[in-house]
Amino acid sequence: MRNKFADALYEIGKTDQRICAIVADISPAGSMVNFREDFPERFINCGVAEQSMIGIAAGMALKGMRPFCYTIATFSLYRPFEMIRDDLCYQNLPVTVIGMGAGVVYSTLGGTHHTMEDIAIASAIPNMTVLSPCDPNEMKHATTWCATESNGPVYMRLGKVGEPDLTASADEFKIGKIRYLKKGAGDICILSYGIIMKMAFDLAEEIYNEKQNEASIISVHTLKPLDKEGISEVLKSYSKVIVIEEHVPHGGLSSRVKEIALDVNSNCDLKVFTLEDKFIHFYGSYPELLEKHGLSLKNIKSKLD
Amino acid sequence: MPDDQFNASESRKRCLKYRRRILDISQQVTALHGAAAFSAMEMVDCIYNGFMQWNSKSESSDSFIMSKGHGCMVQYVILEDRGILSKKDLDLYCKPEGILGCHPDYGNPGIEASTGSLGHGLGMAVGMAYTEKYVLKDRGHIYTVLSDGELQEGSTWENMMMAANLKVNNLIAFLDHNGFQSFGRTSETHPEFYPIKEKVEAFGWETVEVNGHDVNQVYDAIKTRKGNKPYMLIGNTVKGKGVSYMENTAIWHYRSPSPEEYEQAINELDEVSS
Repeated sequence: MRNKFADALYEIGKTDQRICAIVADISPAGSMVNFREDFPERFINCGVAEQSMIGIAAGMALKGMRPFCYTIATFSLYRPFEMIRDDLCYQNLPVTVIGMGAGVVYSTLGGTHHTMEDIAIASAIPNMTVLSPCDPNEMKHATTWCATESNGPVYMRLGKVGEPDLTASADEFKIGKIRYLKKGAGDICILSYGIIMKMAFDLAEEIYNEKQNEASIISVHTLKPLDKEGISEVLKSYSKVIVIEEHVPHGGLSSRVKEIALDVNSNCDLKVFTLEDKFIHFYGSYPELLEKHGLSLKNIKSKLD
Repeated sequence: MPDDQFNASESRKRCLKYRRRILDISQQVTALHGAAAFSAMEMVDCIYNGFMQWNSKSESSDSFIMSKGHGCMVQYVILEDRGILSKKDLDLYCKPEGILGCHPDYGNPGIEASTGSLGHGLGMAVGMAYTEKYVLKDRGHIYTVLSDGELQEGSTWENMMMAANLKVNNLIAFLDHNGFQSFGRTSETHPEFYPIKEKVEAFGWETVEVNGHDVNQVYDAIKTRKGNKPYMLIGNTVKGKGVSYMENTAIWHYRSPSPEEYEQAINELDEVSS
């Protein structure tokens, strides 16, 4: 996913002189190295100074540039929060803030490196668009949109490397619209976003194997503006809707889907699975940490029936 | 920057006019931040009317950010004088029908960045200066006015370091060193804040310390700078400069004068001009 992001940025940067990358001490890899070497005047490393990263990006955008700020998610959003709010969102500038390794993917690095509340925090700011693509190809689409079409600030979650391709037979990618990755004949629909999407596929497969109920899977890659209409339609069309998200229970997709369910008087069986509202002091693999939060196939299945 | 000699007496006349205009507006609102505008007055006049290159009366190839956003009354009255803001805009300051508030808002005529929260202006100024110099290739200069309290923000020092790293020698910052912040005199509340000049120089900037109300000193300093580093002019100023009871008195950070106080202030300014 990280490579597709850098590839897309480099390709667009070849022809669009407004594209620039501002990083905070992240060593460039893949196409980001090419970007730095081929467009040195459009690559800035601010060092461990994230407030400066956002402020400089704002200043560059005020002069017509379309900057991408890039560092580990906790540092790209939380540390310079007021710069993001005032400099980017209040002035509505076309700057994309990339949150690398969002969620709890840096499992053994501890709570300081876990980004569990970013969707709630970023979504709370007026003018902000919030994206979380689920696989490398969706990342490419989203990056292209940020670079070429967005007219305001974006916060975008980015995974690490090696995520599987999940969108090969998906609907067209459209910002602000939910996207069917798989349309099943059954009465179950799973909503998810970001790299935990793989769990939605695994869950669908197990449900099919056990009950021959073919679930649909949707990528809610745009968390803000949320496709309320599309989600309303899902709540009307399926008897069971499952939300899986790598985010605390409040302020993310789960709570928003519950709001929509109330608004449309949905009587579907809605089940949400999120990270716990807790700092968990546990040092194991990414799937093991997710499991500690209750995000495992076994736990989800046990609560579905 | 212009080579022609700056006309100091014209500048002083303008500053008198601007102070009067701010006092006029003060009679319409309760909170004004007038004293913060008065301390930066001469420096902001030098920037707009001395240093910035104007392609027309209202179009400049240079940029200005009022990083100490609470001093923006001085910016408003100068923009009015240049015809960029209208008299009506200023008459409707802080009124529901108007567009101007106590801090500058990007999108309003002549306002190139929103400020208000301290510690934001320098970062944006660095980004602007970098773009002008390295991406658009040696075009404009970026001018910004910082408050001394603003130097307590970590973000200011992050950007001070980045400005030097990025070698943005087209960035010229003015420190409105009036020595006061909301809590009181900075030398008493934060003695280790001083010395300022050495700290800024240690961060890779060229600096000078002058009387920020002496337009000749301000103009000459900028004109004779070496120019191979980002530049900071530390202007020693008086908060509320020009009105005796406002000078160095914390309450005037926010307050507007009563009608009687207004009369006294106008009379004092008249005495100075005569």
